Amino acid sequence: MADFIQLLIAGLATGGIYALAAVGFTLLWQTSQTINFAQGEFVMLPAFFVLIGMSFFGMPFWLACVAALILSMITLGFMFKKLLVDPMLNHGTLPLVIATIGLAILMKEGVREFYGADAWPFPPLAEATNVTVLGAALSLQSLIILGITIGAVVALQLFLSGTRTGRQMQATALNPSVARILGIPVERMILYTFLINAALVMLAALLITPIYLAKFSNGELLGLYAFIAAIIGGFNQMRGAIVGGLVLGVIDNFTAVYISTQYRLVVPLVFLIIIILFRPQGLLGRVEERTV
Amino acid sequence: MMVSKKTLAVAAMALSVVFLLVAPFLFKPYGVFILSTWVVMTIAAIGLNLTLGYAGQVSLAQAAFVGIGSYITAYLTTRGWPFWSTYMLAGTSCFIVGWLLGYPALRVQHHYLAFVTLAFNTLVYLIFRNEEWLTRGIYGIMNIPRPEVLGWSMAKPIPFYYFLLAHLALISAATWALIQSPWGRAFIAVRENPIRALSLGVDTRRYTLMAFALGAGLGGISGSLYAALVQFIDPTPFALGLSLNLLLMVIVGGSGYFFGPFLGAVVAVLLPEWLRFAQGYYLMGYAALVMLLMIFCPTGLLGFADRLLTPKAKSDSGPNPVLPDSAAPQKAAG
Repeated sequence: MADFIQLLIAGLATGGIYALAAVGFTLLWQTSQTINFAQGEFVMLPAFFVLIGMSFFGMPFWLACVAALILSMITLGFMFKKLLVDPMLNHGTLPLVIATIGLAILMKEGVREFYGADAWPFPPLAEATNVTVLGAALSLQSLIILGITIGAVVALQLFLSGTRTGRQMQATALNPSVARILGIPVERMILYTFLINAALVMLAALLITPIYLAKFSNGELLGLYAFIAAIIGGFNQMRGAIVGGLVLGVIDNFTAVYISTQYRLVVPLVFLIIIILFRPQGLLGRVEERTV
Repeated sequence: MMVSKKTLAVAAMALSVVFLLVAPFLFKPYGVFILSTWVVMTIAAIGLNLTLGYAGQVSLAQAAFVGIGSYITAYLTTRGWPFWSTYMLAGTSCFIVGWLLGYPALRVQHHYLAFVTLAFNTLVYLIFRNEEWLTRGIYGIMNIPRPEVLGWSMAKPIPFYYFLLAHLALISAATWALIQSPWGRAFIAVRENPIRALSLGVDTRRYTLMAFALGAGLGGISGSLYAALVQFIDPTPFALGLSLNLLLMVIVGGSGYFFGPFLGAVVAVLLPEWLRFAQGYYLMGYAALVMLLMIFCPTGLLGFADRLLTPKAKSDSGPNPVLPDSAAPQKAAG
């Protein structure tokens, strides 16, 4: 039982990080039909922003984080939208998918070329101590990750449903044309979702990099998990992405321990295929209607 | 613009053929090896171009078929099977697996299909890596023999290069014939507007499956040749990266253009080797090129050339490839 709880919490913690990346992914899809194949690299890069801030500019950790957050919002949010997504709005989904595959290569190779191919240690948010709850030794780090994830998601939810801007963003996601008629600045709302995505990936980077170390190739697996989480939960629902991420983290951890480490990816992948074939709108998603 | 597009195309083609024929005498053995790799990758990309460029079905699983073909040839030839039987087997088994992988395409389209095929590729890769009794896992299969043709040994690099080139020529001719046939037209009809194609009596179901199966079969053939070329295979080359790379080859060259895969493979296979000194910068430049192409000319390099050479006044009646997504209405996601 203690083992079970331990695994569950650790799974929820990693799942929470996947969920952060997946939420950003679904936000971009909802407002601008952007499928970001570089989402994994989006999580990889801010970690290097922090490292560069600390090693080249001698910033303390917290300052480097703030700088990295601003830089992510500029590059991964603003520039990504203005330079890559906007010019391609009329090309349909596939060219943009391919452009983001190109972007992923560019980011990966850029980091490898300019920072090196090694795995760099990254300052953790908490000491590596354990807290004992009901006989289960839980790592403090997992609990903090889980706490921060929940906090971030709740804050985002409150923002989306509680503020005027948030509701305008929801309207934009639901139906851009009607939103525009109602006088909502649709363009600006879409930009906000890109900025929020940049902040979310920065947060995910802070949480996951201490565990995986900072490496240029981190994005490959992370991106895959973010897709799977988004699709399992439902592409067009934020809470779907959260549920998808958490479910995925738990499945992943249990597979690794109880079934096979070598095949840990298989269960999520098979799950993904089954979901797409039989419930393409995801566990919580709504069916998207298409006109012919 | 006095020179017609057709003249230019024929001239470019003739030059390329002459170059390919004399190339082995211009390069060191390593250069011949790289050219051979180009031939093999072009065959895989031609297959993907059938699936993606002509029939409009996104597939991120081509590397899996190259892998299956490679492992079939590697496993059987090292156990004494003649190359040709493993070659046929590689082609047919990939054809069948590709047919089966086509079924999801009947239910979902575009990005969903991309994800299903992506998952399939990763699953196949995991099997290559983990089933050591079959594939020897990360240790790989060594000493894969090269074939003989009518008693002539193809073991030396230059004869083997010509052997591959002959393959490419035959496969190109067959693909060309296929595209010109009613089948090719049916593929394009399915890409452009599946619902309209269906209402005109095209059996979209069968052609969708066939597009997948043929693309996969060519992937298998390319894999079989690849195994004989490199003579040592392990799971690494067949990961998702190669699938993405093949997809980029088709798109960069010009998806839906017959010569798109040839050009795409030049950019993705040959140029990086010749621009070795640039190393990682080459890949960054390549990535930037992909993005620029997608922004300014989603029909790829050949689409760009086409646009440059076509007089603005009268539109040419030549191929009119569009990326599958832009025109076709999405098949209902539900």
